[in-house]
Amino acid sequence: MDFTRRGLVAATAVCALTLTSFSGMAAAQDRTSIRIGYAVSKTGVNAAGANTTTIPNYELWAQDVEAAGGLTLPDGSKLPLEIIAYDDRSATEDLVRSVERLARQDEVDFILAPWGTGFNLAVAPLFARFGYPQLAGTSVVPNIDGLSDRWPNSFWLLGSSEAYAHSLVDVLKPAVDNGALNGKVAMISIADGFGIELSSGAREAFTDAGLDLVMDKTYPLGTQDFATLLQEAEGSGADIFVAYSYPGDTFAITAQAKLASYNPKVFHPGVGTNFPVYAPMNDGKVEGVMSLGGIDANSPAIQDYLARHAEILGKAPDSWASPVIYASLQMLQQAIERKGLDREAVSAELASGTFDTILGSLSLEDNQLKDLWYIGQWQNGNFVGISPTDKAGVADAVIPKPDWN
Amino acid sequence: MSKQFGILAFVVLTAAMAALPFGIGEYGHGVLVGMMSYIVLASAWALFSGPTRYVSLATVAFFGIGAYTVAVLADHLPFGAILVVAGVIGLGVALLVGMATLRLAGVYFVIFSFGLAELVRQLITWFETSVTHTLGRYIFVEITTVQIYWLLLGLAVITLALRWWIEQSRLGLAVHAIGDDETVARHAGVNVTGVKLALFAVSSVLITLAGAIQAPRWTYVEPSIVFNPTISFITLVMALLGGPGRMWGPVAGAVPLYFLFEWIATRFPDQNAVILGLVFVAIVFLVPGGLLSLIDKWRARGSGEQSHA
Amino acid sequence: MFLSTLVIGLVLGGTYALIALGLTIQYGIARIMNLAYGEITIAGAFFVLMLVSAMGLSPILGLILVVPLGFAISWLVYGVVLHPLVKRATHGGQLEIDSILVTFGLMFLAQGLFTMFFGSEFKGYNWLQVPVNLLGAKIAAGRMLGLVIAVLIGGGLWIAMQRTRWGVNLRAVANHPEFAPLVGIDRDRAARMAFGLGGGIAAAGGAVLSMYQPFTAIDGGFLTMKALVIVIMGGVGNLGGALMAGLLIGVVEAFVSYAIDPGLTLAATYAIFLGVLLWRPKGLFA
Repeated sequence: MDFTRRGLVAATAVCALTLTSFSGMAAAQDRTSIRIGYAVSKTGVNAAGANTTTIPNYELWAQDVEAAGGLTLPDGSKLPLEIIAYDDRSATEDLVRSVERLARQDEVDFILAPWGTGFNLAVAPLFARFGYPQLAGTSVVPNIDGLSDRWPNSFWLLGSSEAYAHSLVDVLKPAVDNGALNGKVAMISIADGFGIELSSGAREAFTDAGLDLVMDKTYPLGTQDFATLLQEAEGSGADIFVAYSYPGDTFAITAQAKLASYNPKVFHPGVGTNFPVYAPMNDGKVEGVMSLGGIDANSPAIQDYLARHAEILGKAPDSWASPVIYASLQMLQQAIERKGLDREAVSAELASGTFDTILGSLSLEDNQLKDLWYIGQWQNGNFVGISPTDKAGVADAVIPKPDWN
Repeated sequence: MSKQFGILAFVVLTAAMAALPFGIGEYGHGVLVGMMSYIVLASAWALFSGPTRYVSLATVAFFGIGAYTVAVLADHLPFGAILVVAGVIGLGVALLVGMATLRLAGVYFVIFSFGLAELVRQLITWFETSVTHTLGRYIFVEITTVQIYWLLLGLAVITLALRWWIEQSRLGLAVHAIGDDETVARHAGVNVTGVKLALFAVSSVLITLAGAIQAPRWTYVEPSIVFNPTISFITLVMALLGGPGRMWGPVAGAVPLYFLFEWIATRFPDQNAVILGLVFVAIVFLVPGGLLSLIDKWRARGSGEQSHA
Repeated sequence: MFLSTLVIGLVLGGTYALIALGLTIQYGIARIMNLAYGEITIAGAFFVLMLVSAMGLSPILGLILVVPLGFAISWLVYGVVLHPLVKRATHGGQLEIDSILVTFGLMFLAQGLFTMFFGSEFKGYNWLQVPVNLLGAKIAAGRMLGLVIAVLIGGGLWIAMQRTRWGVNLRAVANHPEFAPLVGIDRDRAARMAFGLGGGIAAAGGAVLSMYQPFTAIDGGFLTMKALVIVIMGGVGNLGGALMAGLLIGVVEAFVSYAIDPGLTLAATYAIFLGVLLWRPKGLFA
């Protein structure tokens, strides 16, 4: 009865009209530029993270390449960049489709990675299938057996959860052994992939090192108040406080800790501690706060990077993933300079070559970047790397952390 | 006569849609999957909400349950069996929730359904973090984009056929009576609660299956990814744009809106949200009764002019 | 521990209540489900942020300035966008659907504009982060202020509603919209007034929020949903109910986090909310 012809005809017409516009649009192109595409979360829940780390560095790199007259190819010629950017609206289905579009519709030469662990995993099979190298600078190494066999051209540059946990233990253990810390740890973590991954790595490492995990709680995304959790952490008598938290939570946790004069000897909140806004938001009183990441503040390359980032983009980068992302783009740039636009060859070069970046000379092991700052600490206005303790340019950890004021 | 023509046209259209992936590339396949997914979601949503006029924001609760079932069972069961399990779970949840809530009316139901989606997400998150200690899950199912599209097309056909069958049958009369006035319907001997519950359950199962079928496209699943409330809102807007009271309304809303969203996201990635917002406002003011009602208006005007001549 | 957890919960709830008060007025009197409500709150937060960080003014001054601004914006939105829909609607269901759609669109629009102007990073400033010791719990002075303002606004409005001619008119529209015109009350004016008033309170809530918590351009959505939950629990249009429901949710979250599992705090909120809806759909205090 409602099976009306006009409804059906209308629907058919709309379908036909819209679909014809999607076939056969990719035209052959003569080589006047190198097309680089990316899809990141410009809007939605992931936008705050993507706009802090991923997007600014993509833009900075594009400007740097343009200033240098383009990307250099093996024959010494230079081609300008053509950037195609899409918004995935923080939805995986949109991201997957955008990458399909970049690879098959726009036929870009290279695709830059999206923001976040989950989103990098979502597109890894696509990058593998379409044969694009994936330089994931905002994703911890996924816990998958045979990762590099499954996706041979995916590169994971932000370290594994085990590495973060062991680097933290390396900082803490000596202080526990010499009696500066009592060896008790209070840990809270956010209930999503990032928090679970890092906290389970830490749980194991703490136990192996003989540390006593006296508090181990998880809180949901969207938690606004940390007063009760910190009250409990303080009550637990732990000298070491570790939170695997997201930026909003990290700010709230820090503010609450300062307010309650909760000053454990080691205070280690999560992502956000490494953001430039962290220090001013706390009146600069962040001396001794530890977290993930870090930089070598004395390295001229890093100093130059910080200055250019601030000058060109009008804001400072974060001290964890930002330099890694920029370095990953330098790696891509140099691989193209050596191997040209053949994606297979570029992937192979990324896996085996050595690259000169703002993080120093880098090479990957098993498709992973392992030579990283895992743990950093605020010292004299910089978030400096303090672990791995044997890495060149390391700063000594300050334990116990000084008073908030 | 008209009915036979309708069925024939429907079969031809289905066959044409099934053949579509052959002409276009892999990005086209992705677009088809997204479009077909929203056709299913909007049509399934309208299956319940159209005639009963209950505005539900629980779409993503069921969509997420479907996707999550796949994530949990992917390594243990064949895909077909997982779909069955997902459907059964969706049915169970829908019956449980439906029995408890369908006496709520108006905006109370709207907010309840939104709260339900959040509650499901929070409970799954808590269960995964505290009990199983594995929040993110990987899905490695060997299935191509085109196969996903065909499955969704099948689901869309089932959804539309069900709607058609309901409108044809006596159930349709009962359903419309409820939408017009529940009290009157009750007095007229309609089993109001039973009818509403049945519609809600069927609609929810279809939505659950849509989530389950699509999940293998994302490789990695966690609650914040699959319980994204935007999905509920977009489904609702698509169905309302086309007109949820008609069988083809949700399709007529989903297809153009989907392509519009896609176009905006690729063409104006930086003004995405602003343009979307303006489009919503424009829809309410320019197409108040749904897109398909424009055809009625246009026809009415056409016949009016003829009678003047 | 018990007392300090209670205090923490009450303070948390005070913020929720303040934000919910405006929405309950809007929804109760103007009968518009405003999904863009939280965006007015965030607009207020951005406005105060600009005053503080760009002009060096006091956030308290910002709080005072932001209320008329929120009122004016909401008043305009009602007049320009929503009033035509109210006039057009042939039945309540149509208006409900139209207002959900249109305010959802406004939400997108506002979030897009905030992102364009302010970026999508966390924004905030530092003010009144001095502890106040209350029964063993250390609370930020800014937060305490939020609680005090919530109680003041809630109490003041309640008195105004009970005692003034203006309040009686508004209540009449809220309780019996169909009879209001019979006694000479201009329903449309009352609705517009309520919508503006709600917007003013929302903006005040944003000003208070900015004093102790960093925020982003898209935080409004969460705020709207939290406020809606509280409004429904307290009973639509019920000021005292919203205040009580806000405090209740704050206390429940604090105790679940402390005594059961922080992972279940939000689940508990929604479970209670769903329970209230089923058990007393007209609100806890009807």
